[in-house]
Amino acid sequence: MNALPRAAELGLIGCHVCGLVCRDAHATAGVAEVVACPRCGVALHRRKPASYSRTWALLIAAFIMYIPANVVPIMRTASLNDIDDNTIISGVVELWKNGSPNLAIIVFTASIVVPMLKFLALGTLLVTSRRGSNWARPQRAGLYRLVELVGYWSMLDVFVVALLTALVRFSVLSRVEPLPGVIFFGLTVVLTMLASMSFDPRLIWDGRDSDD
Amino acid sequence: MGATSEALIVCEHCDTVYQRLALSRGEVARCARCGKVLQRHFRLSANAMLALIVTALIVFVQANMWPIVMLGLSGQHNSSTLWGVIIAMWREDAGVVSVLVAATLFFLPLLKMLQLGWLLWFARQGRRAPGFVPMMVGLHYLNPWTMSEVFVLGALVAIVKAHAYFDVTPEPGIYAYAALTLLITVFAGIDLRQLWRTPEVAA
Repeated sequence: MNALPRAAELGLIGCHVCGLVCRDAHATAGVAEVVACPRCGVALHRRKPASYSRTWALLIAAFIMYIPANVVPIMRTASLNDIDDNTIISGVVELWKNGSPNLAIIVFTASIVVPMLKFLALGTLLVTSRRGSNWARPQRAGLYRLVELVGYWSMLDVFVVALLTALVRFSVLSRVEPLPGVIFFGLTVVLTMLASMSFDPRLIWDGRDSDD
Repeated sequence: MGATSEALIVCEHCDTVYQRLALSRGEVARCARCGKVLQRHFRLSANAMLALIVTALIVFVQANMWPIVMLGLSGQHNSSTLWGVIIAMWREDAGVVSVLVAATLFFLPLLKMLQLGWLLWFARQGRRAPGFVPMMVGLHYLNPWTMSEVFVLGALVAIVKAHAYFDVTPEPGIYAYAALTLLITVFAGIDLRQLWRTPEVAA
């Protein structure tokens, strides 16, 4: 491991905003003192502060929002003699049947697979890192990068509902209205993004003795 | 070594320390421990990037002024711009969604492009813009929250969904959005942190 020294072992900190490598002044500074990056002024931390508890809290909040996001309809289509409420999954099914199966797969991925992936992936990362497990570390690092990369594509369904609401406004003939499900879903996406941002991937590589 | 070092890089994702390398064209340096990209060769000069940002801003204005799609149903027609979408969601009591759409598709992308343009305008003269530090910190935080490319895919899905019931006519806004997505992909690869290395002393 000496071939790849880590900043914490060398008494260094890489600023998480500007990337500047600084000598870790936490040891000489007072306990409550904030050590700021000399270049960008943001507080320096060896690891993101309270990463485990913040990530868990945001992830659980996201999951609580995710349940109504899937159960409650996200969109109402009203025409002369018919009212049709769609949930996320029934929207995918409808798109599959009378639109385009390819696009249905994309929506399914963005709305169902990506949020589930985020819950499972972040949950796994939190549990294994807390244990100081050295199981599949490079793969777990890759998993985190994947979560960061695909996270915001889940907003797809929110934008679809918003656009259809603005477009389908033919007085009594045909209207689309957003339903509360879409609000829950939007909040789920924001909360999972915040959760993945507050997770510190360096924890994957830390042993049992060096958490926080 | 002093309190800080420009010669070192710390991997953001695993805390491994490396010597900064001089990369040649097309080279990417990855972390040997976790695989995260450490450095990427900077293909574009500040001038070229500024040109891209200005182009993106022009396209962005068009994407927001022009209607995106038009729907037709038994002789009636309806089209909407992005702001039409934001207002419609607000009126339909989905204020949270309205604010999310306005932030991720209008305010934050606009703020990002204006700040980048401002910073690059000064960077091409080899100096730091007024407000350099707060803007660089701000850009770091707002970067993940711009979602124009997701909206383009969303528009495509909405068109296919509407196509089953309405006559759908694409309007200029959708093409402007498609162009904007291409431009965003080009400067997604830019490592903004390079700008930190412009000297602090203003001319």
